[in-house]
Amino acid sequence: MAIADSTRLLVTAPDQGRRRKRTKIPLTPGERRNLRLARALLWPALIVAILITQVPFVVTIYYSFQTWNLQRPRDRGFAGLENYVDVLTNGAFFSSLWATVLIVGSSAVISLVVGMALAMLLDRKFFGRGLARTLLITPFLMMPAASALIWKWSMLDNDAGMVNWVLGLIGISPIAWNTSLPILTVIITLAWQYTPFMMLILLAGLQSQPQDVLEAASVDGAGPVRTFFSMTLPHLRQYVELAVLLGVILMLQVFDPVNIMTKGTGGTKTMAYLLYERAFIGSDIGEASAYGVLTVIVTIVVATIALRTLFKMLKVEGDLR
Amino acid sequence: MTQHSNRRRVVVGAAVLASGALLASCAGAGGGAGGGGGEDGVTTLTLATVNNPQMVDMQELAPKFEAEHPDIKIKFVQMEENDLRDKVTADISTDGGQYDIMTIGSYEAPIWAANGWLADLTDYAGDADYDVDDLMPPVRDALTVDDSLYAVPFYAESSFLMYNKEILDEAGIEVSDRPTWDEVAEAARAVADDDTAGICLRGKPGWGEVFAPLTTVVNTFGGQWYDENWDAQVDGEGFTEAVQFYTDLVKDAGESDPVSYGFTECLNLFTQGDAAFWYDATSAAGSVESPELSDVAGKIGYAHAPVNKTDESGWLFAWNLAVPESSQNKDAAWEFMNWATSKEYIKLVGEELGWSRVPPGSRQSTYEIPEYQDEAGAFAGLTKDIMLAVDPAQPGVDPQPYVGIQYVTIPEFQDVGNQVSQQVADVFAGRSSVEDALAAGQKVAQDAGDAQK
Repeated sequence: MAIADSTRLLVTAPDQGRRRKRTKIPLTPGERRNLRLARALLWPALIVAILITQVPFVVTIYYSFQTWNLQRPRDRGFAGLENYVDVLTNGAFFSSLWATVLIVGSSAVISLVVGMALAMLLDRKFFGRGLARTLLITPFLMMPAASALIWKWSMLDNDAGMVNWVLGLIGISPIAWNTSLPILTVIITLAWQYTPFMMLILLAGLQSQPQDVLEAASVDGAGPVRTFFSMTLPHLRQYVELAVLLGVILMLQVFDPVNIMTKGTGGTKTMAYLLYERAFIGSDIGEASAYGVLTVIVTIVVATIALRTLFKMLKVEGDLR
Repeated sequence: MTQHSNRRRVVVGAAVLASGALLASCAGAGGGAGGGGGEDGVTTLTLATVNNPQMVDMQELAPKFEAEHPDIKIKFVQMEENDLRDKVTADISTDGGQYDIMTIGSYEAPIWAANGWLADLTDYAGDADYDVDDLMPPVRDALTVDDSLYAVPFYAESSFLMYNKEILDEAGIEVSDRPTWDEVAEAARAVADDDTAGICLRGKPGWGEVFAPLTTVVNTFGGQWYDENWDAQVDGEGFTEAVQFYTDLVKDAGESDPVSYGFTECLNLFTQGDAAFWYDATSAAGSVESPELSDVAGKIGYAHAPVNKTDESGWLFAWNLAVPESSQNKDAAWEFMNWATSKEYIKLVGEELGWSRVPPGSRQSTYEIPEYQDEAGAFAGLTKDIMLAVDPAQPGVDPQPYVGIQYVTIPEFQDVGNQVSQQVADVFAGRSSVEDALAAGQKVAQDAGDAQK
């Protein structure tokens, strides 16, 4: 009942969304009661969600204003903004921010390009397509710790790893991945795991292309390359942006490859690993909480800017409203 | 009954339901993980331990303990050393109550005992059957604060040099019983080639990984972490020389990819016969000499830890079992700890799993068992001699304000050691010079030193 009524309202008063003024939508008493019931049924879930996500967050903010080192339990007290000043001046925060941007940005770009290529290949029918698609999706389904361990021991190991063996076949001497190229090591592991994610989203985008438009383009004489750049890519723009946004949000939490392979050396100390180090090895809860709060602030800023840009793009793409 | 109060009732009811569900789930989780359970009188103890071979053996033999004590069940939680430390520290300092028995090192034990976090075991250990005087004196001293014993050793170790006699005989190199670091470096450089590392030395970042052997090298080269006034000496001459020597040796004759190599990785490399020398813990010998675990069993020679300016340079470390003060199951926990660190357990391991896998270094009587001397003769006598000869109060050339050989017995050392080890990793990779790395390390160490003054 309530749904049909809201549709009626949208059809008869379609401009309600665009106007910034809060004009009251007239509701009948029956509709009002239904709406109230609907909201009341949502309250338990909403309250649990708020408690579970906000209580730890508020407690973290509280801890960030305290000096509390687990190793010195007696020296606990209010510290004001001291933790934040320490964090912003000791240089580790910004270099860690840069490391996160570098690693996440590179992995996102690489997995996007490779994902695009794989999606193009999967877009046509061929024998064994279902099997190929399943195999290609598998890396994303692995647990990050398991994939980091496999890369560390089977693939990138200096003496016994497959990558060095293949390089040996073409005459390149074995590379000490972890010691000499730690950032690349982490990027390889991350990109490998997130390529299927990008591939799936882009595949959906490719398969949603209207076939008749593509046929018309080929009738007009456009070759495959021209079709790709002039027709497919603009269509895929929304999907690319969505994939990148979601992928980046997931990759920002990268911890397993750093912890298992490089232990934060060589410029791979991402924000998540830095926070872990300060909290569990440094045992400094106050400082680690300050790092956590700052990370959240940075993520919110980045996400807001990205989302604003994304929605602007979406609107331009021919929204109904 | 107005609409308004009806609605308020629904909201309040929903809030109560939600909070109730939340609290119930929290309480359930706390009770379950608390480790004490009175169901049918069976107490389940949760034991946190490191995943070293001796602990894996203990888990394998635990069913024998459970058969003798039907009212106690043991749940093992095995972790890598760094992870174990993090979790156990977080748990005990916040009264988490997750673990009934903790495996802690000689580093943590005196600090935590001083904080009042560990249960006093003096009365339990005073039992005549336990024979507390049989425990190795230096190991026992590390666990005693104000004449009270706070943990019991499961196994203890020092460090020594292991070498593959086959590889060295082929090259015609002889190793003396008390080598110097210069001799070892020369020999390692001579035998190193593309397939075989001259020497395997730890490089993995971590205060207990790379800095265990590296600190002993620092000590014997005349350097130290702190002088008597708690001024950091990380950029001092001895420390710099030692780190330069260590990193150069690894670059020239050591394993490739040193940042990945900790104890386990070096053990793999050495037992596969791909390294000529290995300077590491005496407890590794058990695995090296075991035919099931090693390809080179029976081909290894042992020597004292190489020295430079001192007479001995082995480290001293023990993995011990302790009970948190807040635990509700101290008696049951002591039953297990008694069993696991007793003379009978040592005989049990020897008979069931092989005498070379016996947990070494905890009791003096272990070294008098004839079967142990037969099978482990190659390294057991040497281990005992080294452990009784090292001096934790002054292992280096100059005096130091704390007791400990390869670590500094202050709570901040975990952090300091970890950060400096990451700088050293940059040196291994060629991204930084030794001087720059140690200059950065000096700052970190000095902050911690100032906190002690």
